[in-house]
Amino acid sequence: MADYTPSEMMVARAARELKNSEVVFVGIGLPNVACNLARRLQAPGLVLIYESGAVGCVPDRLPLSIGDPCLATDSISVCSMVEVFNYYLQGGLIDVGFLGGAQVDRFGNINSTVIGDYARPKVRLPGSGGACEIAIHAKKVIMVLRQSPKSFPEKIDFVTSPGFIDSVNSRRNFGFPGKGPALVITDLGVYGFDKNTYEMILREIHPGVSVKDVKANIGWDVKISRPPKTTIPPTEEELRIIREDLDPARIHLK
Amino acid sequence: MSGKVMTMARAVGEFVRDGDTVVIEGFTHLICFAAGHEIIRQKKRELVACRLTPDLIYDQMVAAGCVRELVFSWAGNPGVGSLFGLRRAVEEGVPRKIEIEEYSHFGMVARFMAGASHLPFMHLKTFEGSDLPRKNKNIKFIRCPYTGKRYATVPALNPDVAIIHVQRADKEGNAQIWGLMGVQREAAFASKKVVIVAEELVPSSVVRADPNRTLIPGLIVSAVVVEPFAAHPSYALGYYDRDNDFYVEWAKISKDKAGMDKYLEEWVYGLPGRKEYKEKLGAGYLKKLEADHRPSGSVNYGF
Repeated sequence: MADYTPSEMMVARAARELKNSEVVFVGIGLPNVACNLARRLQAPGLVLIYESGAVGCVPDRLPLSIGDPCLATDSISVCSMVEVFNYYLQGGLIDVGFLGGAQVDRFGNINSTVIGDYARPKVRLPGSGGACEIAIHAKKVIMVLRQSPKSFPEKIDFVTSPGFIDSVNSRRNFGFPGKGPALVITDLGVYGFDKNTYEMILREIHPGVSVKDVKANIGWDVKISRPPKTTIPPTEEELRIIREDLDPARIHLK
Repeated sequence: MSGKVMTMARAVGEFVRDGDTVVIEGFTHLICFAAGHEIIRQKKRELVACRLTPDLIYDQMVAAGCVRELVFSWAGNPGVGSLFGLRRAVEEGVPRKIEIEEYSHFGMVARFMAGASHLPFMHLKTFEGSDLPRKNKNIKFIRCPYTGKRYATVPALNPDVAIIHVQRADKEGNAQIWGLMGVQREAAFASKKVVIVAEELVPSSVVRADPNRTLIPGLIVSAVVVEPFAAHPSYALGYYDRDNDFYVEWAKISKDKAGMDKYLEEWVYGLPGRKEYKEKLGAGYLKKLEADHRPSGSVNYGF
């Protein structure tokens, strides 16, 4: 078995979730690497849309930002941000929204705004960007973030982007078009959401990780599907593409 | 020079006043760093600085003490991490405490749409279930008079001045952009005054030969500054690449206040303008960022 880092495991697992011809709204950081990995493997027809207004992107280098020039060159369309948010996202064209964040809670609500008090933050994070509306409108949401007691607390410091909010009917009551969080992929495992309670449930555990490790890095008594599957580790080909083509300078996969 | 065409120093001196609400738009692409640097050099103060993504340029303006309030939707160094100048202001009040008014991207886009349309507000489907409306009282909710469904609303944003970098413009300010367009058109139409900064000044016949590419018409433009390379380390598609290495380097430069101050001293206060900034970077550096030649096909506008 090849050596790989936890970030590479996350990216490879996330990429496998994307199907050919799906329309994906690509976020910054690891989601960006995962979408571009999927496009080079099982999903060459994946339609990448970036909030900068680039549609059907075929970047021939890994875009550092979501407004990199390589996203415009050879894309299907470049539109204004008025169009990307109103016509594409609010218009219901996005199958998968890919989000990261600093904290997530058991209902898949995401914090990317502040750690600590909003007015006097311990750490001021970048904020929503397009995440709040992606969480509301994308048909499903996949999250990628590293897991620790701080990033998976009992209560997050700020809800930037709603998941299932706090109860079974919250999304329906608000009239959200999207179905909400489908998967949370961390450096320890993969979580789905319980169909009845909408709480996060551990479905897969990465090779070499124990249930004890997972429980030590989560702020609530997490439900576990019995038995959790073991995630298939990154393949040689996935690792080669990540290391040689997508992030040779190790900017995203630190 | 006559008419609208003028130097950056004059345009900033004349059209950006202390206390103004200012927008330098450009989503990753075409961010006018040269205008931000001139604002810092001229020691403009008490600005309400608006942008979806404050980026490195507002980080510098905040660190230089130009900004009283920041209106934004995503304040980070894209793909890299934090904006440390901004974080020092928000977390520690260094060099001064700034107010923040925060939206999502869609919220900011809608504010500019309302502003450009000269409507008092815009409704949109977002913000519910988020804590943002709790912290920003300008985000409100209404019921649709036709269906009864709930929507968020945001107020129009009508800045005093918009500074928009473009690839080319004529002397009237008819301005053409290709590649990522962000929210520049809306920001320009929403603002009371518009300063266009162009990589190239072209004859009006060039604009008229390809009118679909005109994003901003001269009739809303007050000033035209011709300033090649004014977007670096951002980029101008077809002219020069984004300087991604500098964006990565910025984390180290700006991490502590001393590094940030040294940068401002050396690259902003220490230089009269963009021409000297370009010279200081050197020909070899510029060569690395030179754009490939990828012209599009032409179309027939004949009838």
